[in-house]
Amino acid sequence: MRHRQAIALLALVGLFVALYLWLHALGFGGAIKCGASGACETVQTSQWAVFLGLPVACYGVVGYLAVLVVALASLREAALPQRHWNVMLVGLASVGFLFTIYLTYLELFVIHAICRWCIGSGVIITAIWIVSLLSLRSPAIHTDRAVSQPPRDRPA
Amino acid sequence: MNRFYVVLGVLAGVLGIAVFALLRTGGTAPAAAAGPPPTVADDGFRGYSLGQATAPVEITEYLDFECPVCASFATIQMPTIKEQLINSGRVRWRYRDFPLPVHKYSRFAAHAAQCAGAQGKFFEMHDQLFNHHQWAQTGKDPSDLFRSFALSSGVDLNAYDACMVAGRYAQRIEFSRQEGDQRLVDGTPTFFANGKKLDFRRLPGSDDFKAIADSIIAHSPRH
Repeated sequence: MRHRQAIALLALVGLFVALYLWLHALGFGGAIKCGASGACETVQTSQWAVFLGLPVACYGVVGYLAVLVVALASLREAALPQRHWNVMLVGLASVGFLFTIYLTYLELFVIHAICRWCIGSGVIITAIWIVSLLSLRSPAIHTDRAVSQPPRDRPA
Repeated sequence: MNRFYVVLGVLAGVLGIAVFALLRTGGTAPAAAAGPPPTVADDGFRGYSLGQATAPVEITEYLDFECPVCASFATIQMPTIKEQLINSGRVRWRYRDFPLPVHKYSRFAAHAAQCAGAQGKFFEMHDQLFNHHQWAQTGKDPSDLFRSFALSSGVDLNAYDACMVAGRYAQRIEFSRQEGDQRLVDGTPTFFANGKKLDFRRLPGSDDFKAIADSIIAHSPRH
């Protein structure tokens, strides 16, 4: 349960990082807050800032939202003992992690500029991926049905 | 469990406020650079110029960086004019700002070019602003894009940012605009050849300026 809670919290932070970058890509606000190096401008205005017609940050918003929703769904009482939620989280985190590796490669070797916000998102998705892998090794959770369920007999 | 959802809710609220604050204070086009200054002063500057000081013909162009016709002229006609007239020493080209009030970011763009010019990169920034003129069609705040143009132009961004936030050249740009008013500039681009206003019925091309330069040189006392 702790793993799923950690993933939900990390996904929430990642969601807002991606949301900021996406809103910025849509033209909200002004210059991106990224220090004076200009690296974020270089990355954000490069041709690789758009993937399949959509800003890359948009995929980040969708991805983090998906991880958050699945993590919260897995925290429901009934879902806690079910192990397949952990597998789903590993799957989602792995897709995000691989996409981040691709984007980091572009920044380092193609664009030659590193955006702090991208590093932040990269750290978050890497942490989610590691925690999701650890959750696969954790023992299954058993809820105490005698406590969690209402009494069957009503007083007369 | 309930404690977890409280933490999640508080975190969502804090992050939401942080994103809102970042977008609000994220450096929208600084008013000092984007708007007209309250006062105007002549700092003696009369525009950046291309070409030799001894060129017999000086063309002064009043331009607006957001004007699509200016962009078209800069990208299509100017390369030939540079090659045939400016580089050959026959013409010197002087740029003066004439930001039109109908254009939201033209004054801001002019200021970006001046701040780049303070670092010796006016022409590089001028080319960036006109070569990537899509910014003028989107209506979005171009501050971020202009910073990337400045970076591509080889401008130091710390000095550029300070210049833009301070609106250091706002009065210079307004002086140029008022000078244009006095010279009856009524649109952009408007050209003067050795101080005489040129009236074209269409956007002039390199051939028009070649003919004007040939005519002035032919009638000058040295010939």
